[in-house]
Amino acid sequence: MSSLTALAVDVPGLAALDARAWSAEVRAALARGERLVTLYGRPAEGGEAAVTAVLQAPQGGLGVLRATLPPEQGWHTLSREFPAAQCFEREVHEQLGVRVADHPWLKPVRYEGANLRKMKDYPFYKLEGKEVHEVAVGPVHAGVIEPGAFRFMCLGETVHHLEIQLGYQHRGVEGLLLKGDPRSLTPLVETVAGDTSIAHAWAYCAALEALAGCAVPEDAEASRAFALELERVAMHLAGLAGLAADIGFQQGASTYGRLRTTAINTSMRLCGSRFGRGWLRPGGSRAAMDGELAKLVGANLALLAGDIAVINRAFLGAWTVRDRFAGVGTVSRRAALELGLVGPSARASGVALDQRAFGAGVYAALPVPTSVQDSGDCWARAVLRIEEIAVSLKWLTDALERTRTFKPERAALGALAPNRLSVAVCEGWRGEVVHCLETDARGGLLHYKVQDPSLRNWFGLAFAVRENEISDFPICNKSFDLSYCGNDL
Amino acid sequence: MFDSLKVRLNQGWQYIPDPRRAVPAGFKGRPVISAAPCGTGCTKCADACPTKAIGLEPVRIDLGRCIFCTECVAVCPEKKFEFTPETRMGAASRSGLTVSAGGPPPSPVDASAALKSLFGRSLKLRQVSAGGCNGCELELNALANVNFDLQRYGIEWVASPRHADGLVLTGPLTQNMADAVQLSWDAMPEPRFVVAFGACAISGGPFMESPVLDRGFLDRVGPVLYVPGCPPHPLTFVSAILDLLGVG
Repeated sequence: MSSLTALAVDVPGLAALDARAWSAEVRAALARGERLVTLYGRPAEGGEAAVTAVLQAPQGGLGVLRATLPPEQGWHTLSREFPAAQCFEREVHEQLGVRVADHPWLKPVRYEGANLRKMKDYPFYKLEGKEVHEVAVGPVHAGVIEPGAFRFMCLGETVHHLEIQLGYQHRGVEGLLLKGDPRSLTPLVETVAGDTSIAHAWAYCAALEALAGCAVPEDAEASRAFALELERVAMHLAGLAGLAADIGFQQGASTYGRLRTTAINTSMRLCGSRFGRGWLRPGGSRAAMDGELAKLVGANLALLAGDIAVINRAFLGAWTVRDRFAGVGTVSRRAALELGLVGPSARASGVALDQRAFGAGVYAALPVPTSVQDSGDCWARAVLRIEEIAVSLKWLTDALERTRTFKPERAALGALAPNRLSVAVCEGWRGEVVHCLETDARGGLLHYKVQDPSLRNWFGLAFAVRENEISDFPICNKSFDLSYCGNDL
Repeated sequence: MFDSLKVRLNQGWQYIPDPRRAVPAGFKGRPVISAAPCGTGCTKCADACPTKAIGLEPVRIDLGRCIFCTECVAVCPEKKFEFTPETRMGAASRSGLTVSAGGPPPSPVDASAALKSLFGRSLKLRQVSAGGCNGCELELNALANVNFDLQRYGIEWVASPRHADGLVLTGPLTQNMADAVQLSWDAMPEPRFVVAFGACAISGGPFMESPVLDRGFLDRVGPVLYVPGCPPHPLTFVSAILDLLGVG
């Protein structure tokens, strides 16, 4: 069985609700404590739009609610009661022109399709007042980093409101995914958000395998989980290096940075790429590890655990570090839940949400304890990543005890089942990566929805900097560490 | 204090003494294609290639398109393809990125006397991502870490295009970034040049068929250096830029 949170359903078996019944059912589910995983649309027959809400019960089970509706009718916004829906409703409106009545701010999330290069037609939200001044940053930033535009509405040094405008990275990913053989999409999927190659590749593979009725060999599944934790360790180290650099803690910047090299070079030894590209493929895995290589991997894990523990003591023990991070960019637990934050951005605010904790597949045999911090500030997000590195290294070490060899193996992938909808959710280092694939009556790929956790978490960053000093923005930004291209697709 | 010293002690010396000779173990880099004859009418490698990087008769790989996924290795019945750990494969021209069956490896980048006299001792680079997936961006950031230590050659990243001699482009060049790329270039003082870093910047890579790209900037301003990979290994960049500047 798949280790990811997943669901596959026959589309004809789904009750195709009308807009009113659908939004009532979504509201009822959210009101009884289910969580919105995604909400997206695709064009349907007769100029209508097929809209899908994927919900998750607190125990991890997924459910799907599907509506077919005329775009001009749309529905009455969910965002006013459930702010977590805001980015999804904006996206559906942007992609399909579906009316979402009374939505507070239907600004495009990425300026695709007809909106391409029309950013000037959507002005930034404006505050009026004599003391208000605006600071514009981007799209090109002052570092080696992806582009995005930030507009700060400030009162003196205090940020009253930040609006984040993205879309500069839009490469037309979802359109490209519908071209070519749906079983050969991994290279493209690995670059949806290139720092999350493994999590995206795994979600794609799992969703596709569910459509093809393919049982992945157990060893291959274990190897995928191994890849995912190596990616998490590497990117958390990169994030900590960035955080340390942003506050002038040079020893942290250089040490976390060079330890990331050890982590990604371990991935390279197993699959040839420092980003784990080529490791996963539908049906299995292509990584190879023999007993000799297992010794080297084990030595690398031990080196990482040892050296990281020492730099952690120096980093966390420095009052300059604590003083700079504590109380800055705070997101309360309630706000994190309402905004629908996911991944470390949620767990740092006391929300114990982690797809690995539902214990499917490899995580049943070898569970991953969920790390949580309560204070919701930059300090919490830094400490959480430090904790998650330790948990992942322990998990990798235990996994290596059980499995000393990986061999490239792939189960055959048959034809895709027709009229079927498959959803897979993978807990990447940044949070849940969601891939939804739907087939048509002949088993061809009808629709492919990709969702990077960044889509939801960008609003968390905007919220976090409110009432903070504008000079705190860089560390807030780095503490969330979100993807631009993952949002822009 | 003691932790600080211990961190320093653990770290030792991490820098790679000669980046042009370093061969990273396990890396799938510069391919070699054997001269063994192909089966009649066989097109398996070209068919399997996700970025249409493989040409036939003779079999050749365009490193500007190749994403080093090694699908061709898996499908070739004659086992003609091998990806070596060699990272040195930058080129000063687009045509210099072709590896042919049985042919010699691509030659290292020729030094430019003009660029050497201008930038041989100090080179400031501004990076702009135009649809990059953060793979290339992470590897360019890694160039400044203690392993690659690009600063030792007087090469540094700068925050403003006004301070930059070179523009390092990543990503397939999206329409939504077209204006920003041009503005960044216009803000750079002359003399200046462009480096295309990664398969996306060089050819569009996995996104080459996307209808939302605008690669006009690269048509107007040709790169002086092409750095292949998906993403390129930092060593590929170091070697190529040092070769171009005739350093060391």
